[in-house]
Amino acid sequence: MAGEQQEQGQLRLAPESFLAPDLVNDIQRNGVDDARRKLLRGAFAAASAALIAPTLRASDDPDIVNVPEWSRSLGKPVAANPYGLPSPYESNIVRRQSPGLTQTDQASVAFTPLQNLFGMITPSGLHFERHHQGWVDIDPRRHRLMINGLVETPLVFTMEDLLRLPSVSRIHFLECGANTALEWGNVAVPTVQYSHGMLSASEFTGVPVSLLLERAGYDRKRARYLLAEGADGSSMTRTINLENALDDAMVAYGQNGEMLRPENGYPLRLVVPGVQGVSWVKWLRRLEVGDQPWAAKDEASHYVDLMPDGSHRQYTSIQEAKSVITAPSGGQKLLKQGYYCITGLAWSGRGSVSRVEVSVDGGRNWQVARLEGPVLPKALTRFNFDWTWNGEEAMLQSRVTDTSGYTQPARAQLVAVRGTRSIYHNNAIQTWRVGADGEVHNVQLG
Amino acid sequence: MFNWASTLTAVAMVLSIAAGAVASELPAGIETIGRPATDNELSAWDIDVRPDFLGLPPGSGDVWQGEEIWLEKCAACHGDFGDSNEVFAPIVLGNITDEDIETGRVAALQDPAVARTTLMKVATLSTLWDYIYRAMPWNAPKSLTPDEVYALLAYILNLGYIVDEDLVLSDANIDEVQARMPNRNGMRQDHGLWSLRGEPDVNGDTCETDCEVDLTVSSSLPDYAMNAHGNLAEQVRSVSPYAGLWTAPEEAAQVAAPPVAAAPETLLGQSGCTGCHQMAGQLVGPGFDAIRARYAGAENAAYLEQKIVNGGAGVWGGIPMPPMPGLDSDTLQSIVTWLTAATDHSGEES
Ligand code: HEC
Ligand code: HEC
Repeated sequence: MAGEQQEQGQLRLAPESFLAPDLVNDIQRNGVDDARRKLLRGAFAAASAALIAPTLRASDDPDIVNVPEWSRSLGKPVAANPYGLPSPYESNIVRRQSPGLTQTDQASVAFTPLQNLFGMITPSGLHFERHHQGWVDIDPRRHRLMINGLVETPLVFTMEDLLRLPSVSRIHFLECGANTALEWGNVAVPTVQYSHGMLSASEFTGVPVSLLLERAGYDRKRARYLLAEGADGSSMTRTINLENALDDAMVAYGQNGEMLRPENGYPLRLVVPGVQGVSWVKWLRRLEVGDQPWAAKDEASHYVDLMPDGSHRQYTSIQEAKSVITAPSGGQKLLKQGYYCITGLAWSGRGSVSRVEVSVDGGRNWQVARLEGPVLPKALTRFNFDWTWNGEEAMLQSRVTDTSGYTQPARAQLVAVRGTRSIYHNNAIQTWRVGADGEVHNVQLG
Repeated sequence: MFNWASTLTAVAMVLSIAAGAVASELPAGIETIGRPATDNELSAWDIDVRPDFLGLPPGSGDVWQGEEIWLEKCAACHGDFGDSNEVFAPIVLGNITDEDIETGRVAALQDPAVARTTLMKVATLSTLWDYIYRAMPWNAPKSLTPDEVYALLAYILNLGYIVDEDLVLSDANIDEVQARMPNRNGMRQDHGLWSLRGEPDVNGDTCETDCEVDLTVSSSLPDYAMNAHGNLAEQVRSVSPYAGLWTAPEEAAQVAAPPVAAAPETLLGQSGCTGCHQMAGQLVGPGFDAIRARYAGAENAAYLEQKIVNGGAGVWGGIPMPPMPGLDSDTLQSIVTWLTAATDHSGEES
């Protein structure tokens, strides 16, 4: 090895060394004019030609020996993309629809590519989308928030007003109540993007709902619920428990340091940590204080959980603890045996993640995974687990326990109580089967 | 870290125990931010209707008026009888019996073979009134008058055999009709997912070693379904410890795609066209395949531009296309260029 390295060390000098000292001095003093530019070009061309010269040996990496073109050229100017974009090599890491899931594209879902993400924050452009009547571009100068109902004074706030008020910033997960809905009865989708991708997390900035209610003088004796209403065509309405509202809900304008994205409710949305996404009303225009729930369309016809006896659970809101291995995961292939870092996400709507365990044998034996900090309440927690694949079949699972003492159930345990038709709130343990061929598939056991 | 929410919750709890006068704990000066809402403003936005019908505006409408409005404004998406599955799940399909109306529980909800419709599920009539008034028709929400909503609701309820065809539904008799809602006793709130203090109905095992498990694979995706979500190989980062599985047909990868003008699908989606048009086949409006076949040639561009902006009916049938004046000119031009481009697919496009 050492010998080879030394031979590679005979590579020619870096391009700048090809510039004659006289030319360098000249350019430093007088700048680049056409004549000098020509001289420069000639020098660089000679240098590049020289660089490709060394003969490759079998053990050589051509991407090292043939110094790549980006190391031999001038880069692009600042502000070429005034709003930065991901590398073109990441252009396939995008939100995707599940074909045939919905009849239209405006009452539909685009899923977050969890298999490709790191850490605990979802880039705003990859935050999953779920709309009921399309998304809208709202002029923030014409957006208003109204607070009415059981209050002393019904109030109207402009966006300027809201931005003047004291703000808080907190990191929270946002999961659709219907995340993993397709998997109640049987395996229906190939990858974690489609099975768990109605899940994202952001740092949200905004005004605590408690502060706004205080400002409006809400009726403490009678107030039990809030109605949140959107400004889009659907004017989505959802009933929020006053408990949740006073605890940690906020009226948010900020997402990951910038304003909300239009698909996520620009310029204002409700944030109800720990509660299913549909309650985080986007394009928020109104909060009404009341003493009874409203039974809005999406709490009377949808987002109601069908039980085996034909009754529906109404106002199922809280997202119970759940975890999933995001890599390796369905639709992927392990190319060789040896070390892998199993990685995934865990979260709970009732508090913080206290423990994540991983099993590689379908739940027979469990070992504790590393939690990568910070571990925050009602936020995504990244976990990692060291694993050496010996080339045999493996069944990968993760299970989370939260600070309330609740442990994520197996699918069979959930189904025994709720049946397979309740659509919402499927937080079952996920199994990925690794075959002897290295292929990873979504499976259900038992 | 100073935390507004918990401070205020604590304050609220103390106050509710004391049930005394409200002492505001807000920072000084905040009471000048925001202003009182006017009565007109409140009535413009405060349109919600609660299960006890608080918020219901006065008015009335009958089944026959409802049918007429339905056929004009709703049937294109929901079907003449509310039974269509084209644009959204059916609103009415039968499956409701006299006995259900008697007991307030829809028995068919226990039968996994029966498709669930809106009328089978919804317990509260206010829900439908409120929703139709605020959100329907889907492409022109908030365009109905209260009387029209009463009429439409009467028609829908009649389709479900919940009311007779001579019903005039109004704010005066709506609670009598509520008493006939077939699933009015079908909702329960005695579960752990509503209150922060709710008890979970299921809790997982914490067994750590030699746990009893059934390792039989009871479900997995059949091979033929692996490519239903596109080529999974393209859905993993190009640098990854794991390759994505190749799920595209092999030949498709080798044969270069013919140079067919690509559909501006994003634009069509963002501009709201795909709610009514699909690539192939009639939806509310004609399929783009039919439109492109009819209008190939740049000479048709000007006609289509004005038709899209101004809307209109009669070319493909009686249903009007609404005006789409919000389109910017670049978008409009891209769409029209594509619509008028020659469509020599020679069977290549699926
Ligand atoms: C352009 C298509 C379209 C038209 C026209 C339309 N609807 Fe709808 N309707 C929808 C869609 C899509 C949904 C589901 C929206 C969602 O996902 O939240 C819906 C939902 C509904 C629902 C709720 C069903 C449920 O179970 O949630 C009712 C009731 C309804 N429409 C009534 C009407 C009435 C009445 C009209 C006419 C005034 C009408 N619709 C016109 C597309 C349409
Ligand atoms: C609410 C439903 C609806 C929406 C939304 C809609 N269309 Fe249409 N469109 C129709 C109907 C219905 C027709 C048939 C009208 C007729 O018979 O003239 C039609 C016809 C057309 C035609 C053929 C016109 C002709 O005279 O032959 C074009 C082109 C067209 N639409 C383009 C669009 C585009 C582009 C958009 C989005 C910017 C759009 N449509 C949005 C319902 C809709």
